[in-house]
Amino acid sequence: MAATPTRDSGALASAAAPKIAVIDLWKSFGDKEVLRGVSIDVAPGESLVIVGGSGAGKSVLLKHLIGLIQPDRGHIVVDGEDLARADNSQALAIRRKFGMSFQEGALFDSMDVFENIAFPLRRHTKRSEEQIAARVRECLDLVHLQGVERKATSELSGGMRRRVGFARAIALAPEILLFDEPNTGLDPVTSAVIDRVILEMKENLSVTMVIITHDMKSAFRIADRIAMLRDGRILTVGIPEAFRASPDPYVQNFLAGKPHEEEQ
Amino acid sequence: MSAVATPPVGKSGLEWVGTRSLRLLEEVGRFFYILHYTIYWSLRRPFDPREWMRQMVRVGVDSLPVVALTAMFTGMVMALQTYRGFERFHAESFVASVVSLSLIRELAPVLSALMIAGRIGSSLAAELGTMRVTEQIDALYAMATEPIQYLIVPRVGATTLMLPPLVACAGGIGIFGGYLVAVGLLGANPVVYWDKTFQFLDLNDVFSGLIKAAVFGLILSVTGCTKGFFTTGGAEGVGRATTAAVVMSSLVILLSDFFLTKILF
Repeated sequence: MAATPTRDSGALASAAAPKIAVIDLWKSFGDKEVLRGVSIDVAPGESLVIVGGSGAGKSVLLKHLIGLIQPDRGHIVVDGEDLARADNSQALAIRRKFGMSFQEGALFDSMDVFENIAFPLRRHTKRSEEQIAARVRECLDLVHLQGVERKATSELSGGMRRRVGFARAIALAPEILLFDEPNTGLDPVTSAVIDRVILEMKENLSVTMVIITHDMKSAFRIADRIAMLRDGRILTVGIPEAFRASPDPYVQNFLAGKPHEEEQ
Repeated sequence: MSAVATPPVGKSGLEWVGTRSLRLLEEVGRFFYILHYTIYWSLRRPFDPREWMRQMVRVGVDSLPVVALTAMFTGMVMALQTYRGFERFHAESFVASVVSLSLIRELAPVLSALMIAGRIGSSLAAELGTMRVTEQIDALYAMATEPIQYLIVPRVGATTLMLPPLVACAGGIGIFGGYLVAVGLLGANPVVYWDKTFQFLDLNDVFSGLIKAAVFGLILSVTGCTKGFFTTGGAEGVGRATTAAVVMSSLVILLSDFFLTKILF
């Protein structure tokens, strides 16, 4: 594991082959360059938290990992397979290794909670109704929700929506879980609950996790390593203690919640 | 710098034309992108008969009252208007033929399609647009489900399939409306009127109307889905997509109507 934060983000002192390798990723929308050569490895079983200011390209990076956005240049390698070079069925197989939790849950509002979680099971497995019901209950237990199966998604609170989103993401027992700002818009207590659920999922499911957030408190709670994204590049990456001690003034300002001088 | 990104201040006329053309080409491109992948995915597993049925009920059965009312009154007005006109040169007996021909060939398909564009085209755009801005479409991708196959194929398929029967009903109801006015209000002879209704109507007229209906159904549903699928910009974006879907599909229905009529006859 990388002991010190390093600017050379591509080279990580991880012994095992990375679960996900992002290599020199570039992406622009119109004239705006969002990602400008992002390189980072995610080790199997680790939880990597990517932090950064609004507009730093965190969400865009996360959506690249699962193939929601195609890069202009660069590669994403999952278990040694290049996402860009995969044909349709390979891409589908790679995508099935992922579970993703979206910012506001992105639950299907035409279905109730049960149907939302059952959706990937019905789509991708041939399980019987009883097996599906059992799996849905199991997933809801993992996120500490009971008795909400028949609730409409509009009846749920913000924190519950996230947790139902988590339950749906883990339904197919993915190897990698992606979280897009799991704490945004939640009060500190609910936010802590969400972090605990994430940590428990990590322990119980032994998955690799990539979480993006701008909530530093939550980042320190759930991260094995923290990476800082700035202006479309990885500024620094390291274990939380090393990240906290980073000499980089931008990181220190971010931790302290102070605006950076160079920021216009 | 691309032309689209140029700020509006100090734009030359040529730039304006260029920007507009690019945007138009983009719209057309998106339409055919969705059309292409709708056909592509409709031929691949998994098929979803339950969703097809749900959408067919939504498009067909639920739209019947609106379409029936439109057709009824169109037929009634047609009879009234042509009667007043034909009266002037003593050709009242041809009212029935004119009403039935124009309804079956033209008015039933076009007016029904316009009503359905307002009813279904807009709701498709709003539904898919909301799913887009709330990341539900991304969530489908993330669950290794193709959104075009899951969402768009049954919607476009159902609309294309349901428009011809709807239009057939509209034609019948319209003719009935014309009959009511001509016979009940204007004192036409019921037997002659009924006779004249079918005298000049042949099977080709019916088919051309039904083919038009299916094409209009395809156009309005693909337009609605395209607008919704590519929605950006939150709630406001959904509103814009909905309006644009109705306006665009109505326009394209009217334009393509001319060419279809030209081709079919």
